[in-house]
Amino acid sequence: MSKNKGLTSLNDRSAAIPPFVPAADDDRIICRCEEVTKGEIRKAVHAGLWTLTEIRRYLRCGMGLCQGQTCAKLVKGIIARELGVSPALIEPATSRSPMRPTEMEVIANESEVDFK
Amino acid sequence: MKRVDLIVIGAGPAGLSAAIEASSRGLSTVVFDENARPGGQLFKQIHKFFGSKEHKAKIRGFRIGQTLLDEAGKAGVDVVLNATVMGIYMEKEVVVRIGKAIEHIKADAIIVATGASENMVTFKGWTLPGVIGAGAAQTMMNLHGIKPGSRILMLGTGNVGLVVSFQLLQAGCEVVALADAAPSIGGYGVHAAKVARTGVPFYLSHTIVEAEGTDHVTGVTIAEVDHSFNFIPGTEKHFDVDTICVAVGLSPMSQLLKMAGCKMEDNPKRGGQVPIIDEHGATSVPGIFAAGDVAGIEEASSAMIEGRQAGLYASEYLGYIQDDTFGEGEADLDAALSGLRQGMFAPGNKGKVIEKTDEGIPVSTSLLHHGFVADDEIERFPGVTHRSGVHPVIECTQNIPCNPCQDACPKKCIEVGEHITALPHINEDNPCINCGMCVASCPGQAIFLIDEDCGDGTAEITLPYEFLPVPEEGTAGTALSRDGNPVCPATVVKLRTSKAFDQTVLLTMKVPKACAMQARFFKAN
Amino acid sequence: MSTRLTTHPILGTYEKGPKVNFTYDGKPMTGYEGEPIAMALKAAGVMVHRYTSKKHNPRGIFCAIGRCTDCVMIVDGKPNVRTCMTPLKAGMTIQTQYGVSAEPFPELEEKA
Repeated sequence: MSKNKGLTSLNDRSAAIPPFVPAADDDRIICRCEEVTKGEIRKAVHAGLWTLTEIRRYLRCGMGLCQGQTCAKLVKGIIARELGVSPALIEPATSRSPMRPTEMEVIANESEVDFK
Repeated sequence: MKRVDLIVIGAGPAGLSAAIEASSRGLSTVVFDENARPGGQLFKQIHKFFGSKEHKAKIRGFRIGQTLLDEAGKAGVDVVLNATVMGIYMEKEVVVRIGKAIEHIKADAIIVATGASENMVTFKGWTLPGVIGAGAAQTMMNLHGIKPGSRILMLGTGNVGLVVSFQLLQAGCEVVALADAAPSIGGYGVHAAKVARTGVPFYLSHTIVEAEGTDHVTGVTIAEVDHSFNFIPGTEKHFDVDTICVAVGLSPMSQLLKMAGCKMEDNPKRGGQVPIIDEHGATSVPGIFAAGDVAGIEEASSAMIEGRQAGLYASEYLGYIQDDTFGEGEADLDAALSGLRQGMFAPGNKGKVIEKTDEGIPVSTSLLHHGFVADDEIERFPGVTHRSGVHPVIECTQNIPCNPCQDACPKKCIEVGEHITALPHINEDNPCINCGMCVASCPGQAIFLIDEDCGDGTAEITLPYEFLPVPEEGTAGTALSRDGNPVCPATVVKLRTSKAFDQTVLLTMKVPKACAMQARFFKAN
Repeated sequence: MSTRLTTHPILGTYEKGPKVNFTYDGKPMTGYEGEPIAMALKAAGVMVHRYTSKKHNPRGIFCAIGRCTDCVMIVDGKPNVRTCMTPLKAGMTIQTQYGVSAEPFPELEEKA
């Protein structure tokens, strides 16, 4: 992957990143839950989606049952490589409740369980 | 809505330690854990822990887990299991799922000890059944008595990959190879050495090209990678396996802290997204603390100390500790923690290539690249000496925080000294009485008792043996060298077990005298 | 071929609940009460827990600690049940999950 020297901040939208080049492993599943491929994520970056949250909403990766437990770091790495920046620069996804898949019937069932 | 002084999230080594400390100081404390059993990953750790006495060194992880549970029971800690914390909201209100209901609990302090989750790498076929995390393998064999597979390839040579490979061998699985994209082994050399001497090959600068199979794994191809991690054509190696185990590191499970508004940072040395904390585990949000792997990936030993510290500081934060009683416990914990964070594998050394030990001895390159110290390297380390009669040979060649050998020897033959990361050396003035305590107490299984010349052209080597079946006395077999290759015929002449050895059998084998410094493992014919 | 260990060099023997019967895709099987469903299936040699919605690819146990949700199956009629976290009970009906249903995908029907 070619390194883009111009890009030092993710706010720097003036620096164009190199064009999308198809790769042999583009059909590889990255998000196991929503079955999103590496190629789809790479194309999304080239379409201008540079944050995990944007990619999540566009492709649903990290929005399946496991909530990105396995793929978040992988997706981050792919975005960073496409942009030619360190993964640490990529904004992490939002953390919100519920942290684990939870049925609606449980969410609706607020109670005073005696846990002691 | 209920109210307690302190909520601890996670009942692993850090969380339990925090709760014990806080409860014993008088805080009303509740611990929530999403699992059906407490203890986190401790009950899957069947090896003896490194460290020093105050770190519970040479005790197996699952026994430490049981001790923690007993202490928690005595301290009156309320551990609620199958309780999944779904979120942390304003004013330290915690929403937790218990069974089929949602409960709101308000606390004045929260200690987040949620641990870590496993990293993954992708390769062709990585979603096939039979590709599993190393943690999954441990869960299957060490908790539930199920073999993860019969022929297994391990990807990753960090401590998890090395330790789990050894555990797979203990469960009777065949480990066909360990592979790692990195050019050198990431974990402790002693962990690698005990796997290598059973005959398992290491492939460094290699990673998986493809997991093969239609409905489940039937084989794997690995290949060498160059400095940019691209495959080098023509270097492919194929193995028939039914299982591929992935151990490529851990990431802090810190989402709850982020949700609670704690300042976070992306810190590769601590494993990823971690809260910014002070030396006592306090986050940027007053009253919210973090301890254990969630605050930076380390070992269970350090997690327990960090938990104690967080419990202590949460107690102080809520006014349960007066100034004059505070200092004592704190200083001890600080010292214990800094002891663990020294040596070649200290968090600050992550990613560095270390060429010499603290003693100025060149590190074994064979150990880093193949998993064993070569014959022409072993003599330069201070634990390897020669004398007549039975004496310890300590093949401990890296500065790691560990010194049970020094405490184990009743005759003070073995010295590590003040710094627990120093390489052990032999005190030639003190006699060895062949008690075997050093062999059994070494968490790295790196100590052998050797009589280099029995007077009849043979030598006797006593080694730690933790496999089934244990060969009977008189069994004829083959001695394997450090690299796992057959070196000479061998006969089992003595077997020793003892409560103090804690399930480690001391196997003594007789070999030709010339092989005394090569033979390091016994394989029955 | 059973993958169950009866003895272990360090752990000795394993504590198990009573033996119970359950069904997997209609076939009678036995396991130990209280062990995760996934462990009982693994011991019986079952590798595939589900086929995915989009690509109809097989999945099985991956993390075994409730994180990855790859091992979900239909348990007593309810889909998306994490079999690595759900204890086995006598008489359970366990079914391979296709997408989110128990209805095999047409191209997989022969296999099922």
